[in-house]
Amino acid sequence: MLRLESVRKTFNPGTANEVRALAGVNLTLEPGSFTVVIGTNGSGKSTLQGAICGAFELDQGRVFVDGIDVTGWREHRRAHLVGRVFQDPFAGTAPDLTVAENLALASKRGGTRTLAPLLRGARRAEWRGLLARIGLGLEDRLDDPIGLLSGGQRQSITLLMATLTNPKVLLLDEHTAALDPRSAELVIGLTVQLVEQSSSTTLMVTHSMRQAATLGDRLVAMHRGRVYLDVSGPEKRRLTEPELLALFSQMRRDDRFDEAACELVRTQYR
Amino acid sequence: MSLLLATISIGLVFAVLALGVFLSFRVYRIPDITADGSFPLGAAIAARLLKDGADPITATLAGMAGGAIAGMVTGFVHVRFKVNPILAGILTMTALYSVNLRVMGSSNLPITSGTLFTPFERAAERVFGEEFLLAGREVASADLGLFVASGLMTAVAAVLLVLFLKTELGAAMRATGDNERMLRALGTSTDRMIVLGLAISNALIALSGALFAQMQAFADAQMGIGVIVLGLASVILGQTLVGPVRSIPLAVIGAVMGAVLFRLLVAIAIRMGLDANDLKLVTAVVVLVAIVGPDWIKDFGRRRLRRGRRFASAAGGADAAA
Repeated sequence: MLRLESVRKTFNPGTANEVRALAGVNLTLEPGSFTVVIGTNGSGKSTLQGAICGAFELDQGRVFVDGIDVTGWREHRRAHLVGRVFQDPFAGTAPDLTVAENLALASKRGGTRTLAPLLRGARRAEWRGLLARIGLGLEDRLDDPIGLLSGGQRQSITLLMATLTNPKVLLLDEHTAALDPRSAELVIGLTVQLVEQSSSTTLMVTHSMRQAATLGDRLVAMHRGRVYLDVSGPEKRRLTEPELLALFSQMRRDDRFDEAACELVRTQYR
Repeated sequence: MSLLLATISIGLVFAVLALGVFLSFRVYRIPDITADGSFPLGAAIAARLLKDGADPITATLAGMAGGAIAGMVTGFVHVRFKVNPILAGILTMTALYSVNLRVMGSSNLPITSGTLFTPFERAAERVFGEEFLLAGREVASADLGLFVASGLMTAVAAVLLVLFLKTELGAAMRATGDNERMLRALGTSTDRMIVLGLAISNALIALSGALFAQMQAFADAQMGIGVIVLGLASVILGQTLVGPVRSIPLAVIGAVMGAVLFRLLVAIAIRMGLDANDLKLVTAVVVLVAIVGPDWIKDFGRRRLRRGRRFASAAGGADAAA
């Protein structure tokens, strides 16, 4: 389970670059649920994920994972509870390490790194099985440096690594946005498969309205640092891609209207 | 022949330095200039303790420990206060200059007692007498002992480093240099990895300093100048020797070979009339050329190619018009 209580975060407060990224977010995600988050640029959807994984300190509010208050915990301390896949397909793996070494590091998520040989007792057979299921022929490349693989292949492996220990929470941050359409399709297929199998509470940020319409059992739209829309159950299932696109352009119009209003006020009262 | 053996022995001692620089420069991608302070620190501590009557093993290990602390200071300043790692290294290096003078009590400290190498030298003399013939030339047995001892110590250090880099901890360090964000997401404090990594790196560099001091029978406050560049030269030369491999054992062997080869090249250059005072200048130029050379040559080749192609296509166009 994942709970956020009136979470606030402003970047660069008191400067010209001040950004109110999260303006009081309350959100409770049921255990094992699959929530899709959409929102315009700067709506706070990525900051929301940052608040959960501990990328920065909150200005206000609390974050609970599995009933534990993790608000003051630093990123690496939360990692045993939170699996992550980034937008950059190269960000989730260490290129000079082999596929097996990357998986081995992930299989000890959150554990102490000891002086035991990394690959001793490696569950190679299990990993081969997992890799074979991706269907990219990666099962024979366990001992290749992962830097030799393509973005789609690496993102697939990152997804495996994120779910390997079945963490309480799985955060997917636009993890197909930087991939070519075919790889993106593949990674989404794998995502659906892995999320179904795991008991992780999943939060997926996406820019694809198609993914938002077809995936997950709940949809959260973020706007100006707040939850703008939150639908689940049958209502979410009925949502279609055109409806979401309409919602999206509505949010974008709001943004533009606000900018126009600001400009107006500024010129009037100078 | 004796000179050749002695040169290789010094090269092997500097190979330990190359191992340390390999860890900071290749694994963490930090050209850690703490080396210029931790190398003489290892030497100073070893020389001081030997003077005070400690046994060579204790003195050498204490030197290593000093290097480890120096590395930790650099790492801590870098990760805790977000100071640029190179600046953090410069600060530690500068501070160590005073520390080294304090440790030695003067700017130069001779080592008159037995060293880590003495038992090997004596053993060689027992077996071969004062001198023996190797490939038709006379060789001082002591030099052979020195060579065997430095070879053994370097081999042990290299093997331990390779084994270490294959452990969970070592792999986490490699991943830190490769992709910090990933390792944090996997639940490891990259700050801790950097502090620990620089500690090990500088422990090796200080070990090299302690061994070098015992080999030449004195420690000197100035002996650290340019050590990092020497280490980088060895590592880069080694990389050129074994190629851009991702295999750790090969890369480590490359660093060791690079250090020895560099020492040999220096000896030859001096033999051929290079003024020893110009050595640092030449070393720096060699490192610069080794770093930018390959890219520059590739670039140059590409430019040539493009010019050639443009010419060819112009000619082709003329053909078509005709």
